[in-house]
Amino acid sequence: MLKVRIIPCLDVDKGRVVKGVNFVDLVDAGDPVEQARIYDREGADELTFLDITASHEDRETIFDVVRHTAEECFMPLTVGGGVRVLDDIRKLLLAGADKAAINTAAVKRPEFVREAALKFGSQCIVVSIDAKTVGDGRHEIFTHGGRNPTGIDAVQWAKRMTEYGAGEILLTSMDRDGTKIGFNLPLTRAISDAVPIPVIASGGVGELDHLVEGVIEGHASAVLAASIFHFGTYTIGQAKAHMKAAGVPVREDPKT
Amino acid sequence: MNVAVIDYGSGNLRSAAKAFERASSMADLESKVIVTSQASDLSAASHIVLPGVGAFADCKKGLESLDGVIEALERAVIKDAKPFLGICVGMQLMASTGLEYGRHDGLGWIDGEVAPLQCSDQTLKIPHMGWNELMFSTSHPFLNGIVQGSHVYFVHSYGVVPKDESHVLARVNYGGVINAVIGRDNMIGVQFHPEKSQAVGLHLISNFLKWRP
Repeated sequence: MLKVRIIPCLDVDKGRVVKGVNFVDLVDAGDPVEQARIYDREGADELTFLDITASHEDRETIFDVVRHTAEECFMPLTVGGGVRVLDDIRKLLLAGADKAAINTAAVKRPEFVREAALKFGSQCIVVSIDAKTVGDGRHEIFTHGGRNPTGIDAVQWAKRMTEYGAGEILLTSMDRDGTKIGFNLPLTRAISDAVPIPVIASGGVGELDHLVEGVIEGHASAVLAASIFHFGTYTIGQAKAHMKAAGVPVREDPKT
Repeated sequence: MNVAVIDYGSGNLRSAAKAFERASSMADLESKVIVTSQASDLSAASHIVLPGVGAFADCKKGLESLDGVIEALERAVIKDAKPFLGICVGMQLMASTGLEYGRHDGLGWIDGEVAPLQCSDQTLKIPHMGWNELMFSTSHPFLNGIVQGSHVYFVHSYGVVPKDESHVLARVNYGGVINAVIGRDNMIGVQFHPEKSQAVGLHLISNFLKWRP
């Protein structure tokens, strides 16, 4: 059977790993390729780099990070952050990424997702959705690290992105990101149940139980977390053992 | 060994080539791996790899756009019987017909169709994306040392359905059966990505390199 994926995420700024709390107050903490190697050895099911480099000229650094990682870690690699035009995707794929995650550029111009899926195939197009639950229990899309509301309904948006050819959705609970209190489960479940494509739950993981909840209650196909793995609170192996004990099917150590 | 990975503009092949180099050195083999779009390189190669991501017709078109490559490929694989490995859409191209965005001819090496995945369970997500467990009942040098239930990484929405069941070497379960490894004679096709399947994937690649069909 297909297993639930556990995906460590590395936030990368100018080629270095960072992790923010609610997307501000970044703390520098290491070499992304080294981190990737550790996750590969621990049996992570995929790896995600989120490039948060602000300045255009420094953005080239992510390609080197991807290139070096892909040459030694033989596992699926997704890169998001700053994906604005088709050429950004092409360069990421050529550097060795398997999937590119589109966020703000999709909100600005939804057709971009359609064009990207046609050009490169849905299998490599992830639409990244940052959403919060707003006053009346509705879920709304936010951009720019959660600062800018868009008025767009998250469930409708996820359906539309699926129609446009997204192969997967990376859903970040923006009202939970960096809080360590767990995913926004009603949001996660609403999106997972609304679309036929896989949904990765992200944002707010502080305990291993949160990963279990994302799957059992949020109906996510995969769970993504950054800081619990990055700061060594838990290993990938501990996360898998915990999920297995809770009845979630996970891939155990590769057997050959 | 000279391994030729065919480049017809379908995604990144550098990391795939690296995986073949790693698998080769892990198995104490001496291999030269090249990424190529030249017909002459296929004549010189001992092993041929056809990768592929994206839509069936686009991949076929990309392959056709390379001067003399399909002819060289057929000569190398059909006439000279060199070991061949098709990966993902590269595997699907081995079939006679693809049904993605219309009806398109494949290479026709395996009689059968590339059809949309049919899951009995409507809640299952398409694409079939992630790690699934290989099941096989036949033995084949490509599967040497691979334990039943070993996980490999998939991402696809279409699957190859050969007319002849004996062309299916391994399957996975996903709301029904998906053919994961197909083959006959000197050719193998894998729906998953061995170059992205960590240790199990490298093991399979080294089996392919060691294979003397």
